[in-house]
Amino acid sequence: MAAAPWSHRLRTVGGRSAHALLLAVFIVFTALPFGWMLITAFKAETDLYNPHNNPFWFNEPPTLKSWQYVFEKTPFLRWFLNTMVVGVAVVVITLALAVPAAYALARFLGRWGEQLGIGIFLVYLVPPTLLFIPMSLVISQLGLQNTLWSLIVVYPTITVPFSTWLLMGFFKSIPPELEEQARIDGYSRLAAFRKVMLPLALPGIVTVVIFSFTLSAQEFVYAVTFLTSTSVKTVSVGVPADMVRGDIFDWGPLMGSAFLASFPIAVLYYFALDRFIQGFTAAGALR
Amino acid sequence: MATVELVGVRKHFGSVRAVDGVDLTAQEGEFLVLLGPSGCGKTTLLRMIAGLERPTAGEIRFDGQVVNHLPPRARRVAMVFQSYALYPHMSVFDNIAFPLRAVRMPRERLRERVEWAAKMFGIAHLLQRKPRELSGGERQRVALARAMVREPTVFLLDEPLSNLDAKLRASARDELKGLQRRIGITTIYVTHDQVEALGMGDRIVVMNQGRVQQVGTPQEVYEQPANTFVATFLGSPPMNLLHHPRAGVVIGFRPEHFLPKEVQARDHAEADLVTFPFRVKRVEYLGADRLLYGTIEGPELQEKTAIIAKLPFTMPVAVGPGEVGPFAVPRRALCFFDPETGERVAEPPRPLSALGLERGEPPGTGGS
Amino acid sequence: MAVAQPRAAVEGALPRGTLWLERASLLGSVMLAPALIYIVAFVAFPFGFALYLSMTDATVGNPYGSWVGLRNFVEIVQSPTFLRTLKNTFVFTVVSQLLILILAKVLALALYRDFRGKGLVTFLILLPWAAPISLTTIGWLWIFHARFSIIDWALRQLGLLGPNENMFWLGRPSLAMAAVIAVHVWRLLPFATVLLLAGLTAIPRDVLDQAEVDGAGFWRKLFQIQLPLLLPILSVAVLFGTIFTFTDMTVVYVLTRGGPFDMTQVLASLAFFKGIHGGNLSVGAAISLFLFPLLLIAAVVILRLARRAEVT
Repeated sequence: MAAAPWSHRLRTVGGRSAHALLLAVFIVFTALPFGWMLITAFKAETDLYNPHNNPFWFNEPPTLKSWQYVFEKTPFLRWFLNTMVVGVAVVVITLALAVPAAYALARFLGRWGEQLGIGIFLVYLVPPTLLFIPMSLVISQLGLQNTLWSLIVVYPTITVPFSTWLLMGFFKSIPPELEEQARIDGYSRLAAFRKVMLPLALPGIVTVVIFSFTLSAQEFVYAVTFLTSTSVKTVSVGVPADMVRGDIFDWGPLMGSAFLASFPIAVLYYFALDRFIQGFTAAGALR
Repeated sequence: MATVELVGVRKHFGSVRAVDGVDLTAQEGEFLVLLGPSGCGKTTLLRMIAGLERPTAGEIRFDGQVVNHLPPRARRVAMVFQSYALYPHMSVFDNIAFPLRAVRMPRERLRERVEWAAKMFGIAHLLQRKPRELSGGERQRVALARAMVREPTVFLLDEPLSNLDAKLRASARDELKGLQRRIGITTIYVTHDQVEALGMGDRIVVMNQGRVQQVGTPQEVYEQPANTFVATFLGSPPMNLLHHPRAGVVIGFRPEHFLPKEVQARDHAEADLVTFPFRVKRVEYLGADRLLYGTIEGPELQEKTAIIAKLPFTMPVAVGPGEVGPFAVPRRALCFFDPETGERVAEPPRPLSALGLERGEPPGTGGS
Repeated sequence: MAVAQPRAAVEGALPRGTLWLERASLLGSVMLAPALIYIVAFVAFPFGFALYLSMTDATVGNPYGSWVGLRNFVEIVQSPTFLRTLKNTFVFTVVSQLLILILAKVLALALYRDFRGKGLVTFLILLPWAAPISLTTIGWLWIFHARFSIIDWALRQLGLLGPNENMFWLGRPSLAMAAVIAVHVWRLLPFATVLLLAGLTAIPRDVLDQAEVDGAGFWRKLFQIQLPLLLPILSVAVLFGTIFTFTDMTVVYVLTRGGPFDMTQVLASLAFFKGIHGGNLSVGAAISLFLFPLLLIAAVVILRLARRAEVT
């Protein structure tokens, strides 16, 4: 072998380990809190609260005590159930509002629809922290304060604009000839939409379902504003607000429930991420 | 079966006049071809007949009944799009069955009909496939089967062959025409390909800029073009146009009629020929034919007009590049056009003999 | 003819009532209306209500209050806590966005390459963005714990901290600010990375190949080809990152509650503590409204990006 390939190979080997090291550092940064949550949740209290122990090591045998506590002594399961109920309801409302709106904007309203579509996307930029005070009055006027309904009614303000935008792009990517063909084949516009467009937009609809559900599960600001009773809270507000008794933090159960609630949501979110990102890149108009 | 009648049909998109006043009738069982360059309005016209677009003005009648306000499903038309528009999420069977399901046909009859249509187009073995698993030719057949399965009144085709490769296109043309003859269904066919138009159409409607330029049989539009647009749009290479200012006329003749005088003299009497001095610039070999590019020069002519002669490969050429030779056109093959309007005129305002085009002299040098 | 043939167009074949549904603009309006009405009722109206509240003296006890004009704004702007809060909000946003931009660029380039286990690595890197921020911030709360912080433990192992010493991360203003910024960076880094990665992947391979043929090395390729082509998507990443950080209250709420002594308070959290906890609706609404100008700028930028894309 000549010298050149040798040095080249050395360089690629060096490059590869540098690459691996770089990624490792980033992973430690991004995944550290999750790892630390998991370890904490399995540790015995006496192990945890000894500042001389190596925190990343089980100095005493791992225990399920924290988990037992989460399921038996806290309303975690109740919160989990609440989260599911709110999530499913928000998904249903979001689909009912966003799917027809997106289709109308994509197909029926021409240039005007294009402008309106961008306008609706901009609504997504309005954060809960701008509206939570008047919204709390609206909710109390509707008599919904401190109920799951308050979240079900309000969360679509976040999910509908983004979902409409996302689906609009989806419908636009389906050739209009397909629904025209369906209309010629003997169907009304609505039937063509139902039988041809909806099935073809299924990947987009799945994305919207995941997005709306995870967003409902993640939301904190409206939940902490509207809900006061422990029994009606969702996990993302119940765990940080109600698992702390006064100033006493039970770190084991706290970390256990935080991990248990956040990890599945993260996994779910991961599956919709590619298309979700497409929504943002389309907003930057990089079609 | 139905006649389709268009009366003063217009379609404006904002300030663009896509279709600008069209009157047209497709007779029962006729194969009518809409031919024109892209953007001439032929597809918009087809879409209005299908009910996908509403005319801005005018009436569309099926069998005498105005259908302007009816959605496509009430018109019972069938249409094949350029892209075939097969439903990607359905099998071939479901694609073909789709129009039948719209009228809630009972399951047994539906199956029979689908199988009948599939057999007619030789795709019975593909019924369980999805469109993405088919070749271009197979997709086209599925689209045709879907269009035919419920016996439509009018059959609309929008460039259905343009996605096929050249070889397949020739056989598909043949099959399509044969099918139309057999079923005898009123067919309106949109294309920008003159070979398809001339080969398949009972009549051809040549369109440009939203207006009908000429309606006629293939022979009529080819041999007696109504204006210079039709003359140059049809034919490959297009008709030669020679502007003769003194005569106040544009003289048109097809490249294949513009042959060496000695060749023409064999079939035609001298008096039936009009002769031009042709300066050959370049010769192009195209297999069966040879194209001679050159000019006809004369002080009477506006400028050195570029002229093409098309000679069968078997015909000897005595003139080489750079040389001038006498080329002749049979008098019958000449067309005359008004230089202002481009419309065809029956005869030149002054007899040809007065233009020095009689005796093979350069125009304008002799005669008067 | 004695027997009527089935005709092409039969009026009776269609129920008359459904014909209007075939009109594109009409059907379109009907399909759009529910979403539009909902958005007007639950976004536009509350926003107008917020404007109204900010100019009253409304409290929880007296939710409609009476008109006071711009008095709330005048008082807010004179309060040192608010000025500190405003400054914090900008510091958190700008510093975290700068850090995110640099780190995300490096990370995106690292992920652009193909390697084994890329899926898992991507998942681990995405976790912070995908998980609920209120829950993951509790994890950080534990990491920054006054006595049992694992960072302190690591520093002790390295000899940088005495055996019984602690940093009190969340107890000292500057460290608490650093902690808040760290969590923001941690949270939004994946989002920016994924956007940049999408942008990188969208750069046509042959453009890069051409650059290589033309003799461009890694750095020239990076600065003269990739970065300019990434600029639009980079601006989207910064834009959204800025909005998410600027309007966030969860990190501060869970991590520091604005403490110590309101030293890490941001606009959103201050509005919450005044308006919801303190019951002073008008002042809370007024503080919230300070978020609006930035949102307006962001909206204008997005519209301009969209318009430019329409031209090209």
